Amino acid sequence: MTTVLDPTSEVRPAERALLQRPRSLDGHVVALLDISKPRGDVFLNRVEERIVAAGGAVKRYRKPTFTKPAPVDLRHEIATQCTLVIEALAD
Amino acid sequence: MSEVAEIPVLPDGLVAVVKRECATCELVAPLFADLAASGDLSVYTQDDPTFPASVAAVHDADLAVSWHHDIETVPTLIRVVDGVEVERTVGWHRTEWQRITGLGDLGADLPEMRPGCGSMSVDPDLEHVLRARFNSDGLAARRVEFATAEDPFEAMFERGWTDGLPVVPPTPERVHQMLAGTSRAATDVVCVVPPDLVEVSVEKVAINAVMAGCRPEYLPWVIAALEAVCTDEFNMHGVLATTMPVGPVIVCNGPGTRAIGMNAGINALGQGNRANSTIGRAVQLTVRNVGGGRPGEVDRATHGNPGKLSFCFAEDEAESPFGPLAQSRGVPDGRDAVTVFAGEGPRCMVDQLARTPEELVTSLAAMMVSQPHPKLVLGFDAILVISPDHGRLFREAGWDRDRLLVELSSRLERDAAELVRGHGGIAEGLPAGFADAGPLAKYRSGGLLVTYAGGGAGLFSTLISGWVNGGTGSDPVTVEVTY
Repeated sequence: MTTVLDPTSEVRPAERALLQRPRSLDGHVVALLDISKPRGDVFLNRVEERIVAAGGAVKRYRKPTFTKPAPVDLRHEIATQCTLVIEALAD
Repeated sequence: MSEVAEIPVLPDGLVAVVKRECATCELVAPLFADLAASGDLSVYTQDDPTFPASVAAVHDADLAVSWHHDIETVPTLIRVVDGVEVERTVGWHRTEWQRITGLGDLGADLPEMRPGCGSMSVDPDLEHVLRARFNSDGLAARRVEFATAEDPFEAMFERGWTDGLPVVPPTPERVHQMLAGTSRAATDVVCVVPPDLVEVSVEKVAINAVMAGCRPEYLPWVIAALEAVCTDEFNMHGVLATTMPVGPVIVCNGPGTRAIGMNAGINALGQGNRANSTIGRAVQLTVRNVGGGRPGEVDRATHGNPGKLSFCFAEDEAESPFGPLAQSRGVPDGRDAVTVFAGEGPRCMVDQLARTPEELVTSLAAMMVSQPHPKLVLGFDAILVISPDHGRLFREAGWDRDRLLVELSSRLERDAAELVRGHGGIAEGLPAGFADAGPLAKYRSGGLLVTYAGGGAGLFSTLISGWVNGGTGSDPVTVEVTY
């Protein structure tokens, strides 16, 4: 991992448009991201059952801790392996 | 370098870190009265100093305790013995809290477990502020992480941080090395950068200088050039916004140009010398990244010119018959300085046959008269770069800067009647009201900057045309380099 210092003014927020919500799961790989809060896996297990039953493909991921943003390597892994993401908050 | 804050020591006994805006902290808040009664308890509250009501809490207002003791979750309960942390639990786990406190019936009426909430000290919106406040490396800029499988060079292109060429990754280590090139504090504000009018710190300049490929000893030159382009007189906003193909041209003077190995000789205006190529580039990257000046946005140039990547050169002062440009503009002898000029790309002016200064100056004037149009006068400045082969004629005849300017001026004069709109079948020109103004000079007083650089062979000189001068455009600005 390389860490660099932001060369910008840091006053312009990064603006990224949301992708259009897909009409179906055909051809999509759905990332289910467990943020490591207790019982988030209960919710994601059920979501996985529903997606698989609908013919979708699922990959499971887990953040080390819910208190911090996902590590950059995990984000990169999800971005390169999946086309959709569902994140479980839990509680 | 900013001072490193002292790390707060946790008191012996039980230490709890909480915030009101956390349902789990609210849940456990009533327990603190029992804990306080049974022994040493210190409670640090992150948001509300009156929380929890059951005990007197210490307000961790600057989050120093939370930051230095790696509090990621609230509530966090820690046991400290002889100043050393020996136990820690996060959130509410009844059995863990009972074990750490030694109170077997603690929270018996509470649920078995509740997860905690994120500590304010790991809030992504606060992290860079806290890092700047507390981090031992003293660098304030936000950290950006690239994944192991990402190519950092590609990642920087994707973020729009480059001028179209690859940039050096500005790691904290490289930025520290760069900052060693100046005695100024990293937190010092250098200037306010157009077009977004953002204050730029020495650290941000250093980051962009790393990316441009500068060595640390170039940094004072980059800082001086930025100070110069970010003045009202130079008008960097206008230089960006104009559709004309101009950018900052940086002329460097003084013994420091030799010390950092700048090129004033063969190909001085071209590629191949690190200092020439990267000082101008660092200025432009700072304007782009900090000021927000990007092509297609505020930069509206119709064609632009390749010098907008970097256009920076030194004068060959030892050989010049004219003396350094900076000294002609008021900088004391022997001092280092930059002069910035809103200029186009260089144009070669050929004369291989002149053998007297009079022949040569007449020839040069004949070429200069067309800049930027033969019928436009007084409104545009220029840099004249005399080569050694041309300069020799002037030196041997004893012509100095003033003599050259006088001789050029007399040959560049045109009768206003020839310059008005429509004259000669050319629509461009001065308004008709100027027809009776008599002879007009090509350049305003001080509008022609004479410099001396280039390789030892070649009977050519170069003209760098400027943008509109004065209050509606840009004035050249000279700034001393400070170390």
